[in-house]
Amino acid sequence: MSNSGPIYKDILKRKNDWPIVNLSQNKNEFLRQVAQSAFDGIIERSGEKTIRELLETTIYREKQRIINNPWRVDPKDELAFWKYIQTKHLNCDERADGEQERQKILLEIIDRYCKEIVGNFNKSSYRFAKSFTTFGFARLLNATRVKGFKSIISRQLDLHDQIHVVGHPEQLRKLAQIGTVVLVPTHFSNLDSILIGWVIQFLGLPPFIYGAGLNLFNIKILAYFMNSLGAYKLDRRKKNPIYLETLKVYSNMALQWGCHSLFFPGGTRSRSGQIESSLKLGLLSTTIEAQRALIQKNSDDSKPIFIVPVVINYQFTLEAPLLINEHLKITGQERYFKESDAYSNSKKITSFLFKFFTKGSDISVSIGRGLDVLGNYVNDEGKSIDQNGNEINIKDYFVKDGNINIDKQREHTYVQILSKRIVEEYYKNNRVYSSHLVAYTAFKMLERSKPKLDLYNLLRLSVDDLEIDYEAFKSNFKKLRKVILKIHAEGNVGVNPRLQKKAEDAISYGLANVGMYHAKPPLVKIKDKIVILNPSTLYYYHNRLEGYGLEKHI
Amino acid sequence: MDLKNISKPVAVIGAGNFGIAIANILSEKCKYVLLYARTEKKAKKLRELRKHDYQQLADNIEITTDLSIIGAECDVIFPIVPSANFREMMQNLAPFLKPSHILIHGTKGFDFDIEKKIKPKLLMPRGQIFTMSEVIRQESSVIRIGCISGPNLSKEIALLKPAASVIASEFDEVIQVGYKYLKSDRFLVFGSNDLIGTELCGILKNIIAVGAGTIDGMDLGENAKALFISRGLVEMVEIGKLMGGNAEPFLGLAGIGDLMATCSGNLSRNYSVGRRLAQGEKIDDIVSSTHEIAEGIKTIKIIYEWSKISKLRVPITETLYKIIHDEITVQNAHIFLMKFPFRTEIEFLRKEVNGQDA
Repeated sequence: MSNSGPIYKDILKRKNDWPIVNLSQNKNEFLRQVAQSAFDGIIERSGEKTIRELLETTIYREKQRIINNPWRVDPKDELAFWKYIQTKHLNCDERADGEQERQKILLEIIDRYCKEIVGNFNKSSYRFAKSFTTFGFARLLNATRVKGFKSIISRQLDLHDQIHVVGHPEQLRKLAQIGTVVLVPTHFSNLDSILIGWVIQFLGLPPFIYGAGLNLFNIKILAYFMNSLGAYKLDRRKKNPIYLETLKVYSNMALQWGCHSLFFPGGTRSRSGQIESSLKLGLLSTTIEAQRALIQKNSDDSKPIFIVPVVINYQFTLEAPLLINEHLKITGQERYFKESDAYSNSKKITSFLFKFFTKGSDISVSIGRGLDVLGNYVNDEGKSIDQNGNEINIKDYFVKDGNINIDKQREHTYVQILSKRIVEEYYKNNRVYSSHLVAYTAFKMLERSKPKLDLYNLLRLSVDDLEIDYEAFKSNFKKLRKVILKIHAEGNVGVNPRLQKKAEDAISYGLANVGMYHAKPPLVKIKDKIVILNPSTLYYYHNRLEGYGLEKHI
Repeated sequence: MDLKNISKPVAVIGAGNFGIAIANILSEKCKYVLLYARTEKKAKKLRELRKHDYQQLADNIEITTDLSIIGAECDVIFPIVPSANFREMMQNLAPFLKPSHILIHGTKGFDFDIEKKIKPKLLMPRGQIFTMSEVIRQESSVIRIGCISGPNLSKEIALLKPAASVIASEFDEVIQVGYKYLKSDRFLVFGSNDLIGTELCGILKNIIAVGAGTIDGMDLGENAKALFISRGLVEMVEIGKLMGGNAEPFLGLAGIGDLMATCSGNLSRNYSVGRRLAQGEKIDDIVSSTHEIAEGIKTIKIIYEWSKISKLRVPITETLYKIIHDEITVQNAHIFLMKFPFRTEIEFLRKEVNGQDA
């Protein structure tokens, strides 16, 4: 048997104890609470005039969206619904009780959004999907490994061979038993959700709910998994305040109900290949609001909410060429662009998975230390700890003049603090592979050799200009590796053990793995030259190590 | 009518002139003010005399040397101690603090040990040069932090003359606390959300105050001083922007306002240091003869070292640094500055305008 590692037992034996089961069994009550709370929130923040404006713009935008950007997953009666709402809204102006009517319409819209967002969690299909991810992945694996019949049964071990869970998984398991956990992973690939789903069940945690982009439900195979793994739907096309508020309240309420949740706080996949440095604050803010609400309800007995940053380390990203092209198109300005549908059919994904498991490439998932909603570390008992190692009572963050109060501006500032802390943890938990470093070294050397060219011209260089002398490359690689190992020793980044091998070996391992599935590999060694075959994807992989100040050392 | 409508005690840490001035202002709105003195000796003296220098202590100010009482009794604390002692004070206070505390500091200096080398650290535009709000964050669990900054010469406040200040904080509730505790008919309070920028105003203006003192010390006249102050403001903004602040607070009460007050007369310690330098006294003698610390001297050294790493040209700070270190006489320094090739007058605004056009 190869490297086995620990096998984690389920932390909750009985499925009926799972918070998500509780939520799905009481779905109607849950949705009623969400709708009511979203409604109250919107009413509270708007005067009489703005409700009308709010409805008008929402109706207009929704109709535009239906016409201009329809998706397969959209419900069939959508246009009819919005026409009906529009007619009803127009009638309000003539009625004496117009304002109450408008409020009713608002509630109707919220109700509809709730039903759109809500996940379809189902115990038995979860079990099936869970065993399928594990067993299915394992079958793929074993198809190429002659290990005999026994190996089919010991499927987890094999998957564990491929996917390393590093960092603080034990603490995560403990925290999930004390309070409600919010996993916040980095986001590079559409496969992240499946991968995290696997990690969650591998660690013996009950299922997490998570907001998955509705576009992913266009893909049947993903839709199946996500529906049964506790996903709720998040539609990025809908940017109207009613939808956004409903979505936030949904997440907030689920946390208050004790459902472990998963957010990708970067929003969409990282286009540039760089680790997220700015996060979307909307969903993150729900953790703070939910924590405060829990404290208000239960004072000192309230369940804490824990934020656990997770970094997914790939040596390749399936969608890299596509992502980087999008990034280059939109660099500098955030323009609207349609989610592309490449890699969206099930066959392509299956064939990719097959390649992935047969060719073998390390993936590691770094589980960061748990944080409270203000970004302080928590200990294994779930208590928040300040810089000096003293316990903090999280309640005190919401206290003013001795009482807990709601202060939106304060909580907004807290979200910014939390978001900064998560980014810091990302950089700390990131693991450097030799493939990242070869890409970084090669790209930086290319950049330095043509100081007058901007990025776009650099990426358009002809083949002759894309060669680097191997010895010079090696010496720069070693120099940068030394810096990374120093940062590592300070505890500010992780490294893959293979990076520490002899430089020659580390480089050849890196070259073999950098973007290994792309039709055109970014970087190869030909005789005594390192040749850049695809500058754009090289740029993408190089970006992974931006932000550590390495550029000063080359 | 009794204006003292805040019944919970409030604390001021630091019994220097500015600390006492603030304690006196607070005493008008609060029933109890706790004033912390570092040594039992000083506390005893204050208790006996009820007076410090030129300032009388209000009756409802109580002197203490016990930080634990302050942590336990007060929700709102004003730490006003010299920057050199600030971190140590915070370390002593931290065990008694909770995230529910609000700290509004009034210290206009950097936390930095000038003996250390400045390392450009990841994501930090200022190396290990910290403002006091950052020290509070680093040393305690307090998060709701503000600063008070503006033209607040203690002597004038003691004479009950009208004045105003900026309370800056990322948190609106901290600014509200500032209004509630400090605002009166003779003391106006303005709010700002740019905490770092406002702190930098107060810190950097001390450099210019020292310089303005040298101009008056040599009797170069009002034109020269106006020239110096306006060039000084430009230098302050450029440093401030590179150190992570915005230009806006520099144009307000905490920037220009404070600059005008401190550069115009003997009421400012930093200004006096400059004046005495120009009259031929040595820096060591000046420092040893004043019983309160002039933050400007330390700030000049820090900014000079920092400018070498940040590659920003800071002709005024650099010249003052050389004066302090006896590398150049005050007279030659002014000749040097008059010859310095300043190109555009206010570049920091020009860049922004260009940026918008592009």
